[in-house]
Amino acid sequence: MATIFENRLEKLRQSFTEMGVDVSEQIYQSTKSYIDHDVKLAQTVIDGDSDVNSNETKLEKQAMNLIALQQPVASDFRIIISYLKAASDLERIGDNAGTIARETLRAKGNPRIADVETVIAKITKHVRKMLEQILDAYTTLDATIAPEIAQEDRKIDHYYQTTRTAITEGILANPETAVAASSYLMVIRLLERIGDHIVNLAEYLIYCETGKIVELDADDGHLD
Amino acid sequence: MASYNLDESYLYQAAGPFAITTQDLNVYYGNHQATFNANLKFPSNRITALIGASGSGKSTFLRSLNRLNDGIARVTGKIEYQGIDINQAAVNVYEVRRRIGMVFQHPNPFAKSIYENIAFPLKQLGMTSDLSNRVEESLRAAALWDEVHDKLQESALDLSGGQQQRLCIARAIAVKPEILLMDEPTSALDPISSRKIEATMQQLKKDYTIIIVTHNMQQAARSSDFTAFFHLGHVIEFNKTSHLFTTPRMPTTEDYISGHFG
Repeated sequence: MATIFENRLEKLRQSFTEMGVDVSEQIYQSTKSYIDHDVKLAQTVIDGDSDVNSNETKLEKQAMNLIALQQPVASDFRIIISYLKAASDLERIGDNAGTIARETLRAKGNPRIADVETVIAKITKHVRKMLEQILDAYTTLDATIAPEIAQEDRKIDHYYQTTRTAITEGILANPETAVAASSYLMVIRLLERIGDHIVNLAEYLIYCETGKIVELDADDGHLD
Repeated sequence: MASYNLDESYLYQAAGPFAITTQDLNVYYGNHQATFNANLKFPSNRITALIGASGSGKSTFLRSLNRLNDGIARVTGKIEYQGIDINQAAVNVYEVRRRIGMVFQHPNPFAKSIYENIAFPLKQLGMTSDLSNRVEESLRAAALWDEVHDKLQESALDLSGGQQQRLCIARAIAVKPEILLMDEPTSALDPISSRKIEATMQQLKKDYTIIIVTHNMQQAARSSDFTAFFHLGHVIEFNKTSHLFTTPRMPTTEDYISGHFG
């Protein structure tokens, strides 16, 4: 016989999964819209952002009620805290997806730098894969993949730095690309930040499994 | 200690239907007044917890609902059940107690077999056929069947405390009441048995309205839909449990549930 706690925890788990699916879709669509210059798709992402926000609010309410009413302890407590913190990062990832979509609208029609767009497509693929991997890990609350995620994020950070240099060189070679270039700078920065949020998700999984609070990106996490 | 205005209260207007309601219910032990003008409505098929310190009047109130205070205390005001004020001398008190059952703090099975604990009250009511089915049905509803089905003829007194309490729940529901009153049903039990009773309550509320007095606030928070907070004989707050334990409306409630009393 499932207890009232187990039933409510299952609902919380479902809410998190739904939120993860939505955000994953947002990231896929926003980056695709940017790479393909697809204004229509970008608008879809912008319109969907409020759904993610309301999902987060719903999940927060569920988690707070579980803590206040069911007094979870030990692994039950850690699971709820992990979902609660992870939902906040997921919401931020959704926000970033929205901003990337808005950049699609802003950059439309301006001269481009083809080489840079190729690299952005590559970073995008990387970020999408990281997000898929971490959301998969949340379905079983298995933190095994966490160090690998942190390693992947370091690659994103490296791409960010090299791409920034390439963008500056692109503007010098052809000043007419300045509008697109400012957009590229914004988008690679957002992708880098999404990588950091994904690392946070990995850290919460470690907390969930072991109770340890760790900083996986302590060495080279936040970039200027 | 802060002084509280006992005349101020917050009574959440829950959606009906209601299994039982009280209007201006006062209970007096001699000259001592134990509850003051309690006006509560208990939603059907929901669990309502009554909480409050010792002497707050919650158990007195509960016992009034199926007339267990008859001969002990003077009860004034209305207790409306199915459109009838059952707080009247002319009302058949045994019929009231059949329809509004009670489970007490300490398990009190009869010194008979497990089977007879359920069958005996039914026989007393004149039921002669289908007894075995009703015994099984009641034990299943109280989540005890799987543990006792192969030893129904053994003494109920050999069961553990938690099992005995579930047997008492089974006995109470065997006569098909509509409302189940529970007076601190788990306070004499260990945490595992308590959780089993709480889980059983969640199943039972599909068919019954449950009103439970508990000293254990965590239990009220975990397992009830609505909570009434009693203080010095007054109902201070009736609210959805999710609201009462996260954003109580009355300062007295806040201080009590957060342990800032006294």
